[in-house]
Amino acid sequence: MKGPILALVEHRKGEIRDITYELLRKAHELSQRAGSDPICLLIQAPGQGLEAGLKGWAKKILVIEAKGCEVFNSELYKAYCLEALRTLEPFIVLLPHTPWGMDLAPALSVKAGLPLISDCVDIVLENGDPKAIRQIYGGKLYSQVAFRPSSTYLASMRPGSIQVEGNPGYETELLSFDTQTPIRAPSKTFEEFVETGQGDVDISQAPFLISIGRGIGDEERIQEVKDLAEKLGAILSCSRPIVDKNWLPKYHQVGTSGKTVKPKVYLALGISGAFQHVAGIKGSGTIIAVNKDKKAPIFRAAHYGVAEDLFTIVSALKAKIGG
Amino acid sequence: MEIVVCIKRVPFTQEVDLEIAPSQKDIVKEGLAFVLNEWDNYALEEAISLKERLGGQVTAVLIGSEEDEEVLRRALAMGADRAVRVDPGDVYLDVRGISKILTRVVKDMPFDLILTGAQADDTNEGCVGVMLAEELGIPHASVVKGIEVLDRTLRIRVELEGGTEEVSTIRLPALLTIQTGINEPRYVSVMGIRKAAKKELKVFSLEELGLDSESIKPDSIVERLYFPPEQGGAHMLTGDPATVAEKILKILKEKGVIQ
Repeated sequence: MKGPILALVEHRKGEIRDITYELLRKAHELSQRAGSDPICLLIQAPGQGLEAGLKGWAKKILVIEAKGCEVFNSELYKAYCLEALRTLEPFIVLLPHTPWGMDLAPALSVKAGLPLISDCVDIVLENGDPKAIRQIYGGKLYSQVAFRPSSTYLASMRPGSIQVEGNPGYETELLSFDTQTPIRAPSKTFEEFVETGQGDVDISQAPFLISIGRGIGDEERIQEVKDLAEKLGAILSCSRPIVDKNWLPKYHQVGTSGKTVKPKVYLALGISGAFQHVAGIKGSGTIIAVNKDKKAPIFRAAHYGVAEDLFTIVSALKAKIGG
Repeated sequence: MEIVVCIKRVPFTQEVDLEIAPSQKDIVKEGLAFVLNEWDNYALEEAISLKERLGGQVTAVLIGSEEDEEVLRRALAMGADRAVRVDPGDVYLDVRGISKILTRVVKDMPFDLILTGAQADDTNEGCVGVMLAEELGIPHASVVKGIEVLDRTLRIRVELEGGTEEVSTIRLPALLTIQTGINEPRYVSVMGIRKAAKKELKVFSLEELGLDSESIKPDSIVERLYFPPEQGGAHMLTGDPATVAEKILKILKEKGVIQ
């Protein structure tokens, strides 16, 4: 029998993050295929009680409680994960490919001497061996990647890539794990969380968004879209590159690192559709995308598409509404 | 402050139709334009502006072919003081192999800070920086969006999801992986690149670094590339611009967002 499938819990400010349930769902599915057990690894501060939100999601929950673990710290997490790995000898370890997971997974891989494939959208078993499915070149291609043979495989999963079809409903057994890792002060010290992105408009509540991306090309030309948005009664939003260039303030940014939006209509102009952006617009009623690259990934997320230069369409729209 | 920046040259694939090579393991790279990885451009700018404020030197390191040297020249033109290229020849490299080569190169350099991009535009693994830090046994932080220099420590801001940022302090020497938008990378002119041609650019082979293919064996191997399955996807609106505009307005009316 294969070792268990282990999934790591990510939590912030006392709340379990959504990616955790995605990892647990995948662990459930893989364990059924491999004929092994799904185990959940929870690292938290003493008495934090997050295990309550994980009931039914795995066969066992391994709880490591340690001072300072109410906030993620990759040094502490690495040490505790390593200890858990040595005890459990898992077949596959599923980690989040989030900013925190990106800080942990590669370090754990080196320290444990175990192969890691990062930013996976799926893990499949081929003749019993795990293979990673990844998206590359901005989502234009998929790649299937094999691990070097190992006893344990590490995979970090892209948020939003696994469908969470409910709680598998295990009779969950709680195991508290007494860590032998000596406590020493980590070289990185948490100070505080800061919320950015508050501003004059709240794009997360807007019923109609016109959103611009890299395709706008030139800061000067934003005005042309602003005019159109004003005439149509839409709020202007944007993708990450526009905020990176300081062309619009952060509170206009749509996507995982910006705001999640749910307008009735989302009109995307010159946005290629990086997964971080697409994750932020999934709740939109209707998505219309205009992009001159007919292979742009945004067309896989959109309901309607126009393979055309955005300014051509902006001008045509203005002409029709009399502007 | 002595700073090392690790950079990469990547194909520019926006608005480009990609082709899969006959081996199925890579894309056809002939005919593509290549650029400095966007994240690395921000890492370079951060290093150079720290150097300008605090003194010290910036070394840019790249693993790649002679053709990839153009981004090292660009780094020198931006203000890096010297450049190192490791030519890996035809060896198959994954993130683990790359981090081992970088470890070998950086280990003997004086450094207070190492910067890398948080990820690369082509295969976006986001692993090399943190693996390098772990190999070197130095502290690290990922997806950094702000750096403030204190005495032998840095106060950093890490970009999390949904507009949340995490503020923490980290001891030097350390490695940070840099997120886009942390600064405004400076413009580099062709003239600037020419002027920087006099700056030092050293090239090493793997043998010269005492590395063989066994010591940089990959942990992962790409088996095949394929195009995304055609499923769902947008209903394409066609016609001349005026017709398309009319169709869009009709949808907006139907959805009730315009009169």
